[in-house]
Amino acid sequence: MAAAGHRVTIKGVRDGLVFILNDSCDFTELVEELRLKLEKTHQTLLSGPPVAVHVRFGRRAVTDAEKEEVLSVIRRQGNLIVKSVDCPRTQEAERDRIVLLRGVVRSGQVVRREGSVLFVGDVNPGGMLVATGDIYVLGALRGTAHAGADGDEQAIIAASYMRPTQLRIAEVVSRPADEWGVEDAYMEFAYLRDGRMEIDKLIRLPRVRPGGPAPL
Amino acid sequence: MGEAIVVTSGKGGVGKTTTSANLGTALALFGKKVCLVDTDIGLRNLDVVMGLENRIVFDLVDVVEERCRPEQALVRDKRFDELYLLPAAQTRDKHAVTPDQVKRLVDGLKERFDYVIIDCPAGIEQGFRNAVAGADRAIVVTTPENAAVRDADRVIGLLEKEKIDPPKLIVNRVRPKLIKSGDMLDIDEVCQILAIDLLGVVPDDEAVIKAAQSGEPTVMNPNSKASVEFRNIARRILGDPVPLMPLEEKPTVWGKLRKFFGMG
Repeated sequence: MAAAGHRVTIKGVRDGLVFILNDSCDFTELVEELRLKLEKTHQTLLSGPPVAVHVRFGRRAVTDAEKEEVLSVIRRQGNLIVKSVDCPRTQEAERDRIVLLRGVVRSGQVVRREGSVLFVGDVNPGGMLVATGDIYVLGALRGTAHAGADGDEQAIIAASYMRPTQLRIAEVVSRPADEWGVEDAYMEFAYLRDGRMEIDKLIRLPRVRPGGPAPL
Repeated sequence: MGEAIVVTSGKGGVGKTTTSANLGTALALFGKKVCLVDTDIGLRNLDVVMGLENRIVFDLVDVVEERCRPEQALVRDKRFDELYLLPAAQTRDKHAVTPDQVKRLVDGLKERFDYVIIDCPAGIEQGFRNAVAGADRAIVVTTPENAAVRDADRVIGLLEKEKIDPPKLIVNRVRPKLIKSGDMLDIDEVCQILAIDLLGVVPDDEAVIKAAQSGEPTVMNPNSKASVEFRNIARRILGDPVPLMPLEEKPTVWGKLRKFFGMG
């Protein structure tokens, strides 16, 4: 837990400043301290000729919105120009890191992973598969799957055989409606559109998520 | 050295005790030395179903607490050469014994018998852990119903973590008419979900109820369909690859006539 005053470290380098953001403290407190430093305590540093700024997020996994929030606070200081942003663990980066797992998730078992999961095998009813990224089941998804478990609403859940007990993406929980039983349930994926869960054939994934995951 | 097989299910009422009784009896009918062990302490039923209730003097807890020798607690079923029952206690509960104690007991029985069939209580707590402790192999019993399959899956997940051979499946109380109408799960679907080898498919049969009521395991009745399948299961355990019975009932003349007139 970073002590107050140590969440944002500003160092001078040859071509400007480096903003080192603590990667384990609370995000709101981080932004608060950043604002404080820029608007109050480091005024002398920050008034004058344009200064190049390098922002380092460290190991923190941030959403695009959070990244933008930090950068906009920095940019509000007229003389600060953001030259580079080092943010290895964006949610896209998380999602593109795929873990391969094999087996059967049986009733009462919970399998949880950071990043995306390619699961070869069945998820049985009463079993749960949780990932912070996407979930791809090469088998029958008859249990529960929770993708984007840390809040990533762009995450998807795909399955060879989609007959889940329940699907969750980020904070949205959805029980299969009766209509789902009508489709053949093969090669489908679930995604969020306007906060609601939708199901479509897997072939349409590039259309629904053109940016990712992992476009050709 | 014999082998110990635990019969478990998770769900109650799917046929563990019936399977234990009939499997044990069938193996005895084929000349094997069999000991049935009831680990459902506090809610013992195996003795009732075997018709040996009134001959119980000592039980599993007495043996574990060393009030008697194991031989004194074994009840011999006089209908067979070598079929014995080690009854559970009715006055205590599942916390009366530990898994280690049961394992030692079962190891001792394995030296004397070809097969030790352990009837497991419903649930996944102490009773289950006690029953599984001494077993070499496991049989999971389920019915073709969602609730039973969920519980069976849970139990299989737990068994896969033990030092025990992969469990085998018996689907019990199968009603072909309900499967056809979609009100019971297909056997294939049950097997797909549970993903373990199938040992047998036992049809629902009133004869089983009648037999249990009278304390005579149904395998002793050559006419009941369930009896035939239990005997086949015993043969499969002994290594004889008996094919599964077809589920569909052969149409009778009357049945064919009804179908012709669109009435059945």
